[in-house]
Amino acid sequence: MLPSPSSPSPARWFRTLRRTKSTEQSSKLSLSVCTELLRKSREALASGRTLREEFRLSQLEALVRMLVENEDEFVDVLHKDLHKPRFETVLSELILVKNEALFAVNNLKKWMNPEYVARSLVTSLDECFVVSEPLGVVLIIGSWSSPVQLNLVPLVGAVAAGNCVILKPSEISSHTTELLQRLIPSYLDTECYHVISGGPSDLTDLLELKFDHIFYTGSRATGQQVMQAAARSLTPVTLVLGGKNPCYVDRECDVGIAAQRIAWARFHNAGQSDVAPDFVLCHTDVQARLILALRSCLLQFYGPEPRHSASFGRLVNAELFTHVRDLVLASGKVAVGGEMDEAEKYIAPTVLTDVLESDPAMQQEIRGPVLPIMTVYSADEAINYIRRKEKPLCLYVFSSDRKVISNMMTCTSSGSFCANDSVLQSMMVVLPFGGVGASGMGSYHGRCSFNTFSHRKSCVLRNTRVECVTYLRYPPYEDRSLSLMMWASSLSRRSQAWCQIL
Amino acid sequence: MSMEKQAVERARTAFLTRRSRPLEFRAQQLKALQRMITEKERDIAAALKLDLNKNEFQTPLYELVGLESEIQLALEKLPEWAAPRTAEKTLLTISDEVYVQPEPLGVVLIIGAWNYPFALVIQPLIGAIAAGNAAVIKPSEVSEHTARLLGELLPQYIDKDLYPVVNGGVPETQELLRQRFDHVFYTGNCAVGKLVMEAASRHLTPVTLELGGKSPCYIDKDCDLSIVCRRITWGKYMNCGQTCIAPDYVLCDQSIQSRVVEEIKKALKEFYGDDLKTSPDYGRMINQRHFKRVTALLEGETVALGGESDEADCFIAPTVLTGVTGSSKVMQEEIFGPVLPLVSVGSVDEAIRFINQREKPLALYVFSYDSKLIKRMIAETSSGGVTANDVLLHYSISALPFGGVGNSGMGSYHGKHSFDRLSHLRSCLIKSLNMEAVNKVRYPPHSAKKLSWARFFILKRVRLGTLGRLALLAAFVALAALVAQRFL
Repeated sequence: MLPSPSSPSPARWFRTLRRTKSTEQSSKLSLSVCTELLRKSREALASGRTLREEFRLSQLEALVRMLVENEDEFVDVLHKDLHKPRFETVLSELILVKNEALFAVNNLKKWMNPEYVARSLVTSLDECFVVSEPLGVVLIIGSWSSPVQLNLVPLVGAVAAGNCVILKPSEISSHTTELLQRLIPSYLDTECYHVISGGPSDLTDLLELKFDHIFYTGSRATGQQVMQAAARSLTPVTLVLGGKNPCYVDRECDVGIAAQRIAWARFHNAGQSDVAPDFVLCHTDVQARLILALRSCLLQFYGPEPRHSASFGRLVNAELFTHVRDLVLASGKVAVGGEMDEAEKYIAPTVLTDVLESDPAMQQEIRGPVLPIMTVYSADEAINYIRRKEKPLCLYVFSSDRKVISNMMTCTSSGSFCANDSVLQSMMVVLPFGGVGASGMGSYHGRCSFNTFSHRKSCVLRNTRVECVTYLRYPPYEDRSLSLMMWASSLSRRSQAWCQIL
Repeated sequence: MSMEKQAVERARTAFLTRRSRPLEFRAQQLKALQRMITEKERDIAAALKLDLNKNEFQTPLYELVGLESEIQLALEKLPEWAAPRTAEKTLLTISDEVYVQPEPLGVVLIIGAWNYPFALVIQPLIGAIAAGNAAVIKPSEVSEHTARLLGELLPQYIDKDLYPVVNGGVPETQELLRQRFDHVFYTGNCAVGKLVMEAASRHLTPVTLELGGKSPCYIDKDCDLSIVCRRITWGKYMNCGQTCIAPDYVLCDQSIQSRVVEEIKKALKEFYGDDLKTSPDYGRMINQRHFKRVTALLEGETVALGGESDEADCFIAPTVLTGVTGSSKVMQEEIFGPVLPLVSVGSVDEAIRFINQREKPLALYVFSYDSKLIKRMIAETSSGGVTANDVLLHYSISALPFGGVGNSGMGSYHGKHSFDRLSHLRSCLIKSLNMEAVNKVRYPPHSAKKLSWARFFILKRVRLGTLGRLALLAAFVALAALVAQRFL
């Protein structure tokens, strides 16, 4: 039974007013502070200290120490912001970042070395290589749903690549932001790396300043705003944007196991994840079994009253609660869960059925512990549905039939793809993670982060002394020299360098 | 519906039929492109002569040979480039498939430039086709003969629905930019580059911008100036200075400047003879507007060599300026013409400072026998690319990514880099529905014990051969069973 929406209380108005006032104050503070921090960062960059391998290693190691020494504090603030259980904080926030930092530490030397391209007889007198250099000052705007991971994983990449960074965690996960603001200056170089905070109006001002790369995770609308602003100063961007991640559950499938994996992915962090399956597509036959399995999983995970489970989160703020609540009320039918408590920003793990394509839950990103299930007649119908929509950040398929998996993959596009599980592909250091189309551009994680925050500069070092060969390229151009050149470069073609003879 | 919108819709419809995906189709299109270049070489050279006074030998050399090489490379390597790229495994993914699968992006917009009007359209097109995309091609209207020729030739050789050519001026380009693409590839100047990126941002379309800038050229004191200046002369005055990676200006010690001028003069004579204007090998400015722009840069400067011009012919003689400083007018914008300022610097430190005070250029050149100095220049400055002891070369090596940084652009291409740039590299994890015991570690209700196990599994990395993996898998299964039984 669903509670009716409560009318706004005077206390709530007052809270909103107070929040607006403090946002305005911090807004005025942010821009001038940021301009100054940008200037400081550029000076630090010019000093050359971030170019040294030892410096970058020391900063990455300090970051790891920061996470290890303050684990309890991180657990505490994430609990305050999102009611995140310790397990989730440690695993999906702290360990993830630590993993990335250690991977960077172990590979930094290799990444920083010039990459020589294959030499051949023709190029043997020259050195041809690609060297990675820092871009400069990077702006990282991390989202609130996994505030530590989404801010610090790109930070690892930017630091490893030798940049200075201005980090702007979300004001929505305010306790975590406040902790980062307090801790980072105690561990990392205070000239090179800065943490700022502020509200949405600050972002517009911030984007007027000139950075060398902007990394943004969040919504499509703001992603567009970021790119548009970046265009004015020809600043490259990486955008990792949210959307609706489809999850197809095939008839040929162990529904019990699929349900466990889907339930874990969907309901961890109270559904507030960019990478979790947003909705399920399955055949009517499968639906009934799936719902039963999900119900049983949820009981196993969170007990009969998820509200009392230490493992279940809360929605981050009242706005999001209202958004999710309204989606549930206007879409399909509640098959599992549905209980809500506004004061606690609690929504029980909820599964919706009889959902139509036109329902709000199928039109808008959910960002909460609600899983709509829409029935389709076949895998092909699921594919057609997915292709009608924008390319998602992640796409999931559950099936024991390799052909179904393969078909789903080749006939659709998405940032990343995972068969028979979810979320994991976004946590791996060895796989680039990012979107495509409306779900974003660019990618990061592991080596990919290092490359994203570097400029890969091609270098050719030629020998000055051997001039005779190069005579062929100079004017006056004649038929004779042209044939000779064509012959010579046909040799070169095999060595992947068309005008090496030049 | 506008003609531009129609072309884009047709390309998208054609893309959605999936016919551009099979490797055989892509290879067939690339071969057709190759045939076009071979069979129509004369027509292409004729168009380029009309547009830029390029002679019949220059065209194959600088526009076509490179393209043929790229096509050959793509044909040879396509199966390798398009195949799944496996990634390293961890304990947790030991029995899974972990790889990156390249896929086409969709419909790519290619906006070419007028200085190498054929190459700068076809080269990205090769990458677009190889990656399985459709592409809308918009040649620069400034090089009108080549634009028209491309409009006639391309539909005769390659799929005309997948790869339509749209010709026109600014309004047509603006209309194109209002449409939705999956990637926009633009070669040109910064000002328009910004507009292209802004237009693309409305659809969240990624862009590659190959822009320009002032490419510095540092000459160390102890160099064989005759070789150095010959190379610089070749690169600078080719195509009448209208090359995005031409050395824009020279930085050198005051004491060698007069010799530099002398050597350039000698090289010019070797290349173009006594009467430059009648040399078939010396180009012309593309049009009157650019002619006026470049001649205006000479006002108030000391002309050490050249300086002659003829507006009717869009002819500007190869010119060298001396006594130029950082604040001279000629140092405020990319020259893109046959004018070479010499700026005095007392040391390599001063040269590095001078370069770093300015926007990051597309190319940087340094001439020196001292490899330490060269490495220092590379390490302490930033630019799209670098060639030491020569000019332009880094452009010609397919294995090297070619692109800008900062104001000189974003993204890179050539060879495999074109393929990757115009693909979506999709990360894939294929698991099976068994081995659930391991997964149980992550499910609620959470416990401290589960957390310790999870830490162990996630933080361990493995690098093993197949046998090693199998052995570890067996051990792992046993371990997982034990864990599940005893603790969970």
